[in-house]
Amino acid sequence: MAENKEFKVIGTRPIRHDGIDKVTGRAAYGADIHFPDMLHGKVLRSPYAHARISSIDVSKAASHPAIKCVITSEDLPLVEDTITELGETVINLKHLSDNILASDKALYKGHPVAAVAATDPYAAEEALDMIEVDYEILEPVLDVRQAMEPDAPVLHESLKTESIGKKGDQSQNVASHSQMKHGDLETGFAAADVIVERDFSTATIHQGYIETHNATAQYNEDGELTVWCSTQGAFGVRDQLSKILKMPVSKIKVVPMEIGGGFGGKVQVYIKPIAALLAMKTRKPVKMTMTRTEVFEGTGPAPGSYIRVKLGADTTGKITAAEAHLVFEAGAYPGSAVGAGSLCIFAPYKIDNLQIDGYDVVLNKPKSSAYRAPGAPNACFASECVIDEICQKLDMDPIEFRLINGAKEGDRRCDGPIYPKIGYLETVEAAQNHHHYAESIDIKPNGKLRGRGVASGFWMNGGGRSSVTINVNTDGRINLIEGSTDIGGTRASIAMQAAEVLGISAEDVMPAVGDTDSVGYTGVTGGSRTTFATGIAAINAAEDIRAQMIGVAAKHWELRPSDVRFEDGIFLAQKNGDALRMTFKEVAAAGGPLVGSVTASPGGAGNGFATHIVDLEVDPETGKVDILRYTAIQDVGRAIHPSYAEGQVEGGVAQGVGWALSEGYLYNDEGHMTNASFLDYRMPTSYDLPSIETVLVEVPNPGHPYGVRGAGEVPLVPPLAAIANAVSRAIGVRMTELPMSPDRVLQAMGSI
Amino acid sequence: MPRKTHVQTEINGEGVEFLCEPRQSLLEILRDELHLTGSKEGCNNGNCGACTVRLGDRIVNSCIVLGVEAEGQQIETIEGIATPEGLHPIQQKFLEHAALQCGICTPGFIVSSKALLEQNPTPNEEEVRFWLAGNLCRCTGYHKIIEAVMDAAKPMNSEVVDNG
Repeated sequence: MAENKEFKVIGTRPIRHDGIDKVTGRAAYGADIHFPDMLHGKVLRSPYAHARISSIDVSKAASHPAIKCVITSEDLPLVEDTITELGETVINLKHLSDNILASDKALYKGHPVAAVAATDPYAAEEALDMIEVDYEILEPVLDVRQAMEPDAPVLHESLKTESIGKKGDQSQNVASHSQMKHGDLETGFAAADVIVERDFSTATIHQGYIETHNATAQYNEDGELTVWCSTQGAFGVRDQLSKILKMPVSKIKVVPMEIGGGFGGKVQVYIKPIAALLAMKTRKPVKMTMTRTEVFEGTGPAPGSYIRVKLGADTTGKITAAEAHLVFEAGAYPGSAVGAGSLCIFAPYKIDNLQIDGYDVVLNKPKSSAYRAPGAPNACFASECVIDEICQKLDMDPIEFRLINGAKEGDRRCDGPIYPKIGYLETVEAAQNHHHYAESIDIKPNGKLRGRGVASGFWMNGGGRSSVTINVNTDGRINLIEGSTDIGGTRASIAMQAAEVLGISAEDVMPAVGDTDSVGYTGVTGGSRTTFATGIAAINAAEDIRAQMIGVAAKHWELRPSDVRFEDGIFLAQKNGDALRMTFKEVAAAGGPLVGSVTASPGGAGNGFATHIVDLEVDPETGKVDILRYTAIQDVGRAIHPSYAEGQVEGGVAQGVGWALSEGYLYNDEGHMTNASFLDYRMPTSYDLPSIETVLVEVPNPGHPYGVRGAGEVPLVPPLAAIANAVSRAIGVRMTELPMSPDRVLQAMGSI
Repeated sequence: MPRKTHVQTEINGEGVEFLCEPRQSLLEILRDELHLTGSKEGCNNGNCGACTVRLGDRIVNSCIVLGVEAEGQQIETIEGIATPEGLHPIQQKFLEHAALQCGICTPGFIVSSKALLEQNPTPNEEEVRFWLAGNLCRCTGYHKIIEAVMDAAKPMNSEVVDNG
């Protein structure tokens, strides 16, 4: 087992390979691309949240001297209104294409309707004002519950509800209804001594990556399209471009530049097909970058949601039944994260009687996209708050309650699978034993109210396809080319796994992220899959290299490969009583260039669990909440580079603090976002946060040679409920709406 | 196209001249005209700090300073922080503390932090957090950035002692 091994590289904290480029400003991000003869693309976006497009007249804009090209949806190839496979997912092609450039209807404010390419960016902006669009303005739908009403305005005539495997015949905004159940709810609730049922709502929020979307496209006379861009997955971009533009994938090269944050929001394409189309029509390189407002109004936010949870427990603290009803904002097209949210909502617990209903509902907001553990933070906010209230009613310690009910190896997850070795209870025990939990919150005589909250969270973690090529150089160092874009230090975590196999240092590995022409197919950097799946590809490639080098050493010594051993980076053998020995570098020099290439699609991703503790203070005068102390405990399986694993946790907590307290799309009645800037969409600053203490629990994942589970998503799951539980305990009123902005806190306290 | 203005300035110790439209921001000049792309654009309205540079004796968001305002000024950008002798202690500490993930905000944080430590060589955590509140980072939760800056103050201070 992995825990018995001694590691030389894994668990150490080398300086990341791309570090110097990133602290000196040399690292090349998508917007840093420059061609001498390039054009600048800009998008005209719908000023209305819901409108039929009657006509578009581009003639005036096209006659502008600096404008080289104007496009609308008519310039996109016609695609069918059918579900199709796209890389590792399925998608409705018409929806995908219509979200790039609206055809018959604009479905959210910010929906692209036309685009221009000009010799300078200012002229491009001027030309947008010269495009004349006739809109028939329709009533927008902005709330999921309103959107589900039978008389609500319908976004898509062709959309019929898919309800538990059956297709309806009415046009509806409910795209799908899914259900998971086992046991018997009635029996379960009858056995309960205490039942809590509550409604929760969470605002539409944004991933908030600091780098806006960008794309630069070039089309050659031989039909080859190249797109340089910021993306979480170059192959996913290639797949989407191929479908939208109806081009063979082999004619498209996607070059992933450094990426300035994604968190799930840089998987879906927006301006990339537009830049490509403009480049194809002008035969010039076309560069496009979004403004921050375009990012807020035109790219996938995380879904707002409405969730009802009912939970019953007996006096011993055992959960007897659980029921959840989740309604998620899909945005303008179907496909919210309600499925994942439904799967995660009760996943940390063993519950014999449960039913979970999930609804995916379209409304006049941008098409929602993934955001770090998509769906799970919303869902667990509701369930973990209800658990806290049950604990209060039972007068039971919330950690004790979780120890009683927590899932472990052999228990069945709500969607069917039996848990293999998982580390949920280990995180709860670590929380119980942590000095934070042992120390009481000191109440300062400053008139402020203090509270402590606890919550847990779950994320599946992912596998999927990854490819790695290792080239051994004659100086004994290796180049490692991977398909995974590096958002937060994965060059280091992948390189370290290869180094461990080969007995060399992390510094002797030179990792590089390849474009779609230079490395094998690799899924997106997302789903907490990269250090796991690309790590396994790197381990397999390194094992191939090791076998080849054993062959080289054997040949050098005139022995059979089976006579050669490899220990701690040294090749060893016995011959005629002599102990033979060659270092990795010596074999590399003797063997000439060696290449090992692997594509892998490992299953066996290990589920991730976390338990968080937060202390905070509420100012009863202003309703403002200040986080005083935060401890995040997470089972990562194995931390390859502990600093970057901790970084994932710390970053997830900070995003959770924003989601809980200050972030949210504000809409007026017309469906216009009124806070589409970083000033008014309030993400936490360094001054809003305390130090975050991270505890990495390591319960190795049996599905990975070194025990890696993945770390990126689960830290965003517990904070919402942990903070809500702490606020609720501080003020003595249950908080059920996010964000818990000062006005909401004062309202809850009855002050306004 | 509006008539361009001739601007003379000094960037990272070198004399630089450029032609500038009155509407162009300093950030646009740095990135698009001079190809100093280390300063990043995150919001273009002074809220995120990714474009932080030093202009004269203060740090500014270069996205809300006009290019023409650079006339006669001394500017320092992320490209001028390391020297031929090596990285600046703040850059080194950012690496050692893993104080960056995606790295897009990093240039702004380093320029801001350097200005802080030059003005206040021994800041406490509260002071560092307050100073850096104009720089948004979405990846790290700031924890390791704060540690890196506090730690960088140590070698910088010992350097001062050595020189003295």
